[in-house]
Amino acid sequence: MSGPIHIRKDETFTLNVGPQHPATHGVLRVKMEMDGEYIVKAETVLGYIHRMHELMGENRTYPQVLPNLSRLDYLGAMGYTHGHVLAIERAAGIEVPERAEYIRAIMVELNRISSHLFWFGAFVMDLGGFTPLMYAIQDREHILDLMEAVTGSRLTYCYFRFGGLYNDVDDDFINATRAVIPMLRKSLKKYDALVTGNIIFRKRLEDIGPISAEMCRKYGATGPVARGAGLDFDVRKNEPYSVYPEFDFDIPVYHECDSLARYKVRMDEMEQSLRIIEQGLDKLPDGPIMPKKKPKLIKPPVGDYYQAVETARGSFGIRIVSDGTKNAYRFKLRSPTYSNMSLFDEACEGMMIMDALAMMGSLDLVIPEIDR
Amino acid sequence: MGAYFSEIFLGLKSLAIGLGITFKEFFKPVVTVPYPYKTLKMSDRYRGHIELIENEDGKPKCVACGMCQRACPSGCISLASKSVEYEVEVKGEMKTKKKKVLTKYDLNFTTCSLCGQCVESCGFGAITFSKDYNLASFRKEDFHFDLLNRLKERNA
Amino acid sequence: MSLTILNAVVAVVAAIAFAAANAAYLVWAERRGAGRIQRRPGPNVNGPLGLLQPPCDGIKLMTKQLMIPGGADKALFMVAPVLAMAPAIMSFVTIPFSETIVAHSMNVGVLMIFAFASLGGMSILLAGWGSRNKYGVMASVRAVSQNISYEVPMLITVITIVMMAGTMNLKELVAAQAGGIWNWNLIPSLSSPLMPVSFLIFFICSLAETNRAPFDLGEAESELVAGFHTEYGSMGFGLFFMGEYANIVIGASLITILFLGGWDCPLGLFPGVWWFLLKIYMLIFSFIWIRWTFPRTTIYGLLNLSWKILIPISLFNLLLTAGLLKVF
Repeated sequence: MSGPIHIRKDETFTLNVGPQHPATHGVLRVKMEMDGEYIVKAETVLGYIHRMHELMGENRTYPQVLPNLSRLDYLGAMGYTHGHVLAIERAAGIEVPERAEYIRAIMVELNRISSHLFWFGAFVMDLGGFTPLMYAIQDREHILDLMEAVTGSRLTYCYFRFGGLYNDVDDDFINATRAVIPMLRKSLKKYDALVTGNIIFRKRLEDIGPISAEMCRKYGATGPVARGAGLDFDVRKNEPYSVYPEFDFDIPVYHECDSLARYKVRMDEMEQSLRIIEQGLDKLPDGPIMPKKKPKLIKPPVGDYYQAVETARGSFGIRIVSDGTKNAYRFKLRSPTYSNMSLFDEACEGMMIMDALAMMGSLDLVIPEIDR
Repeated sequence: MGAYFSEIFLGLKSLAIGLGITFKEFFKPVVTVPYPYKTLKMSDRYRGHIELIENEDGKPKCVACGMCQRACPSGCISLASKSVEYEVEVKGEMKTKKKKVLTKYDLNFTTCSLCGQCVESCGFGAITFSKDYNLASFRKEDFHFDLLNRLKERNA
Repeated sequence: MSLTILNAVVAVVAAIAFAAANAAYLVWAERRGAGRIQRRPGPNVNGPLGLLQPPCDGIKLMTKQLMIPGGADKALFMVAPVLAMAPAIMSFVTIPFSETIVAHSMNVGVLMIFAFASLGGMSILLAGWGSRNKYGVMASVRAVSQNISYEVPMLITVITIVMMAGTMNLKELVAAQAGGIWNWNLIPSLSSPLMPVSFLIFFICSLAETNRAPFDLGEAESELVAGFHTEYGSMGFGLFFMGEYANIVIGASLITILFLGGWDCPLGLFPGVWWFLLKIYMLIFSFIWIRWTFPRTTIYGLLNLSWKILIPISLFNLLLTAGLLKVF
């Protein structure tokens, strides 16, 4: 759409999208100044489900904060815990056995796929198509089953421990994962035919919801949003951590800056994650999953530590300022959705409401992670 | 003009492909489990709420050291114990010793986040995860579990 | 005279009963169909195959309190749902289900159905405006512009067919197609080579006219919450719902009459009401199938489709048919 023709600033009305609205996927409120169907100005109001995770991180011991990290983002919980354990391991100087590192990578990638699958379904539902959500959930179910068999939990895993893992994977898991991979590939093809190729779907996304690279830099947007704007940045490649340098995978980048580019980035990322999982299963070494020597009480030396990881939604950073005690002095979380959301106000100006909400869907919002 | 018609044609074709996919799915069997009528078996590692484990005598293994209480991030475990004197034979003579016996082990499941830190912190293997998952109630009090009582009921 | 009145009463009661039964059981069919497509069972608890679900829903809707939001225009708010249902029922009066089953065969049957169909847009406008809800107003404006722009290609297509048959009486329109599938309007003939395209245009337009997905912009639930019936609960919502499904039945009946030979058998044998019902339920199935496959279009995409594609093509078809009718 070529955009609004002429907006009369004196004849506008305010539309409250949220806190309860089907498009916001959670408790988010956007105050929109509307001229008919066009958005003149939008203001995102956050904080409806703020739970003070950062303060909790300062009041609790390091192991006690672990479950909190899964509650940030209920769809891609594994990646967030990964950031936390990596930060603490770096701070306290804990060695991680290689097997644990590989299993972590496999788990994080499985979780990334499950998160993207759910996003895919929810996004198409934002556009009015209900059925792809059901197909996506069916595929996600297989991944959740795999992960439940190992971690004991379906959503808020709390599986990583400082120095290793909560429990080991068995052959059943490896075989089942190998069986799930081709099935997922087949499903991705099905989604391509059912959704990506669909003319209605393309018409709704092509050249709509532009988010430029400049805007991404200005607001600190990362992840698929930035990669859909042509920014080739992925923490896994640019600041490698864990065993990611061992894997051969590509970072999908699209330069169209529209909603379809962001959609395609995520769809391609699922394929790349499948590749990582395959390689991880092939390379999985034997050995322990917890280090032999591990401090009983985790007290990182005085200092300032930062660790960034690439989660399903973008670059998640965790900063820990330690004063040498068992609690952190400062526990700062840089959550990707918060930055991705903050550009919405500027990006949606002058758009029609249905395009703006489609763009909001393409940002992949998980509200608890914004209001952490 | 050619682009106009080719767009219409390709658009219709893409719609037909989509219809074909949903038509095929129409004849496939359902994948859902009718939940209240049928339930799934949880995997062996499923982390439900915690339960006490008994020893050979049917008494809880727990020695009331309080590690789980300290490890819990949400402070949902509260336990109490009393000292009991008992006699034990050491090198041929009877000696009186003291030991702690668990008198109360309450789990406030309303605040539990099922992280499993308590089970991990337990040095005696005295607690484990239950496989209960369809817990639902209208009353908060139903989720204040008295685990000692539950253990007794299980044995009874 | 008294016989005519009795006739009319019976016809209206039968039409209401047919519309209501269809509306109730099409909801069930829709939910079952959606379930199958999404590989879940759909409603299956109340009665065998969930067949008692519609009565249960009906009772629930009827016993709910009717809420009128503060500041709403009470009169319009109450009138709108009735206005959604009434024209749909009225249209049934003139639809011929078979040679004999028709309440009132009119010489201007086609015209009458379109006249009543355009009242549907009115009810949506009143509902959105009367409920004093911003989402409602936006949705109703959308729905009305949609209804207006899709009536144009629809009517042009109908004119083509009326021109070929030389009558506006629905019964005679069917009679003109009698004798087997090769006589149906769907099949291109020498004088009307573009008939399948017309059929497609009419099909798309009836999807849009009945506010069905992928053209359900009036109730775009992910953007406008529930669109024009955001503030409606209880039987107000129920009437909108029934009106929607009654309109679907009318749309399917019209397609059947205009293109698929009404109660005529594809092979020209044993014509009868069962063929008519079979055809409309197959069309309704395809409506359901389409709804659960595609995402929603945008409002401008929708209008572009009508004004830039459907109207030019249907106009071209009209001119072509007019010219060829002169030749052959």
